[in-house]
Amino acid sequence: MKPVLMKLTLRVWRQKSANTRGRFVTYEAKNVTPDMSFLEMLDVVNEELIGRGEEPIAFEHDCREGICGSCGFMIDGVAHGPKRASTVCQLHMRSFRDGDSLTIEPWRARAFPVIKDLIVDRSAFDRIIQAGGFISVPTGSAPDANAILVPKENAELAFDAAACIGCGACVAACPNASAMLFTAAKVSHLHLLPQGQPERYDRARNIVATMDKQKFGSCTNIGECEAACPKEIRLHFIALMNRDLIRASFTDSKMGRPAGGT
Amino acid sequence: MDAETKVSRTAAEPVEDRLDAKIPPGPIDKKWERHRFDMKLVSPANRRNYTILVVGSGLAGSAAAASLGELGYNVRCFSYHDSPRRAHSISAQGGINAAKNYRNDGDSVFRLFYDTVKGGDFRAREPNVYRLAELSGNIIDQCVAQGIPFAREYGGLLDNRSFGGAQVSRTFYARGQTGQQLLLGAYQALERQVGLGTVTMQTRMEMLDLVVVEGRARGIVTRDLVTGAIESHVGDAVVLATGGYVNVFYLSTNAKASNATAIWRAHKRGAFFGNPCFTQIHPTCIPVSGDHQSKLTLMSESLRNDGRVWVPKKAGDTRAPDQIPPNERDYYLERKYPTYGNLAPRDIASRAAKEVCDDNRGVGPGGRGVYLDFSDAIKRFGESAIRERYGNLFDMYERITGENAYGVPMRIYPAAHYVMGGLWVDFNLMSTIPGLFVGGEANFSDHGANRLGASALMQGLADGYFILPYTIADYIGRTRPDRVDEAHPAFRAVEEEVLERVTQLLGVKGKRTVDSFHRELGRIMWDDCGMARDDAGLRRALEKIPELRAEFWKSVRVLEGNEEVNQSLEKAGRVADFLELGELICIDALHRTESCGGHFRKESQTPDGEALRDDQHFTYVAAWEYTGTLARPNLHKEPLHFEYVHLTQRSYK
Repeated sequence: MKPVLMKLTLRVWRQKSANTRGRFVTYEAKNVTPDMSFLEMLDVVNEELIGRGEEPIAFEHDCREGICGSCGFMIDGVAHGPKRASTVCQLHMRSFRDGDSLTIEPWRARAFPVIKDLIVDRSAFDRIIQAGGFISVPTGSAPDANAILVPKENAELAFDAAACIGCGACVAACPNASAMLFTAAKVSHLHLLPQGQPERYDRARNIVATMDKQKFGSCTNIGECEAACPKEIRLHFIALMNRDLIRASFTDSKMGRPAGGT
Repeated sequence: MDAETKVSRTAAEPVEDRLDAKIPPGPIDKKWERHRFDMKLVSPANRRNYTILVVGSGLAGSAAAASLGELGYNVRCFSYHDSPRRAHSISAQGGINAAKNYRNDGDSVFRLFYDTVKGGDFRAREPNVYRLAELSGNIIDQCVAQGIPFAREYGGLLDNRSFGGAQVSRTFYARGQTGQQLLLGAYQALERQVGLGTVTMQTRMEMLDLVVVEGRARGIVTRDLVTGAIESHVGDAVVLATGGYVNVFYLSTNAKASNATAIWRAHKRGAFFGNPCFTQIHPTCIPVSGDHQSKLTLMSESLRNDGRVWVPKKAGDTRAPDQIPPNERDYYLERKYPTYGNLAPRDIASRAAKEVCDDNRGVGPGGRGVYLDFSDAIKRFGESAIRERYGNLFDMYERITGENAYGVPMRIYPAAHYVMGGLWVDFNLMSTIPGLFVGGEANFSDHGANRLGASALMQGLADGYFILPYTIADYIGRTRPDRVDEAHPAFRAVEEEVLERVTQLLGVKGKRTVDSFHRELGRIMWDDCGMARDDAGLRRALEKIPELRAEFWKSVRVLEGNEEVNQSLEKAGRVADFLELGELICIDALHRTESCGGHFRKESQTPDGEALRDDQHFTYVAAWEYTGTLARPNLHKEPLHFEYVHLTQRSYK
């Protein structure tokens, strides 16, 4: 059975480096089959470009299974393209039609400067984690694993937040380029667990302060982030974090902390 | 000289044994404890005076870097990714083993040890495996304390499942994303140390060579993937935790960037390569859909807990699966292995799938696939229970194939997945180059000739959290490395070599893309050194690979320059190394005329087609030394002794 071949027109953002001006360049993608992933379609375009002696389109990718968070760009203004709950590596060409014309550009955010073509610098996310996206537990100091009881529902909810892959789609989708969903996912993951309680309020304070320093915009409850998230991380985690942040502002660490619980 | 004489020379005349695995004396359950007491310590005040370079930020690398940072060493961790969180450990799905015996089903440290030695088909070092089993419980404790959201029971306790051929439930899991959650735990511990200033994280930086000064590993040379700068980094010890090399097959379940360059460069600087031909083919992957295929996707083998594997009994049967009545289906794993059934170990399940497809009973386009059918499990437990267990895997399957596996059986086929081989290390995880330590999949490891499911995460974290921090301290305490700086001529010389190689790759200006060479190498490896190997095929591969390598250096096309992001150049360097490593894999596979675990030699099988070991001649680790000529490595043999688990023919019937 011969697969149907599709032809698409791609307007792709090309930018040689952080300090040069970028522009859109139009390419034809031929010999596209419906069961190719979007990145495999770009591989085919790149092989042709190299064959013609032109620079291939630079984009980040690695696992191609939707879990490493490396890939991601805007397709017609939508982060990770038209399929919900998917990264571009898991988006297949059967989601498009023969003859479609697509515009492909990198995440646009002040905190994510372009490095080349579709590659941006997301190191601001690592700095947010450094400020409190962890539980302080040096190697070797842990009690027996079953000494810590976690209600199943809490563990499940914590997982929903922990599923974040750090791809940056939430920032790219947000008109304010806010990193609230990313930050709230990590804060919520840790705050829903008993292990996260001792550092809870300091964490909320520190992590949000650091987020603000990374040139991300403010959250105005638009909800684009939730719609763009390939892991369907929900908006209510932002509310959870805000609640902790407010409590933290009434908490003086010299006076002890309010009791845990969510 | 033809391939035959080259290889028979290396196999027939092993050079004098210089390998010392440094196994501590005493009974097996006291070795690690006693060794920890015998090892030297470095005083807390002195630790910051020593610099440790950790290359790779997956489970082993992140865990080692974080733990060494906590201890107070000056740590520098290198990753070619934009963030340590991208490392390929993140893709591991199924779970992590630990001998906690929380299920009261007869598990113990000894049983996990026993299962791992046996599962590895008696080609692993007993004391290493015992230590791994011993540390497995500490790993779960550490990970839970970090906040890893493992699956739980309603009472709040941790849940377990049986996994990949184990008869006890010792696997801890976090939905189908256990690797992701464990890696994020290690990543968070690492970032905490970065924030505290004990670890410097160097992202988008690829190690391109190792620097050896006066016989000791003293540093690395890297290329900055954004600016192209070639730089030296000095350390008192170097840890390679750079993962496995199964992308030598081009199509594999590994991430696209996973490569062998760091360990291959170290090999060429003097580190012996252990059992390179021990590669694992995973039985449950989504079949290839076309020539454009860039990688293969694993479906966690936990699916085999509830899915039943079958193909039509009749050859060439093209009916839809629901049109084939039960009595015309061959549930071949249940038929051939009644005790283990669908949970037979990976190597056995993979070969069985290949056999039925070779019989023209395969399913799906191209006929290279078998069904993994959940309809019985859905009838028994309901669709929602199956969705809860495997929902994300079913979603992934649907995204890739466009098929709904709740309604039609999944199609699966084996794919290259993992390597048990890697750099040879002693009990301290130190290679044959003093000061060069190797952790995780990059070392030849504890899995022998076949790794059991849910054991890779265990090994990566055991190495990183609980072994390397001790053994590196011992090395530093014993050797007290003196100061060396980047101006040392050894660093200058390696930098020049690295730059020359980059210039060479850019200078070929040929006609063929890097990927086309990688695909061709992959085809050679898969056809002649894949699931089943034989003398003729391996000799054929050993002729083709050097030819392809020569062609690569004559006609590869790498565009753009060095001073910017250049993904073709990055790939070209990695493929150039795969083209060398592929040859060593085939040399090793040719010399080992027995079958064991994932290494199946057609010449060595039982009457019913199972792997037949040759214990008399091959109960050893093959450690290959680079001699300057790729086709003629020296073979060193580390004999293996089995005092606790007696050598038996594996049987999963």
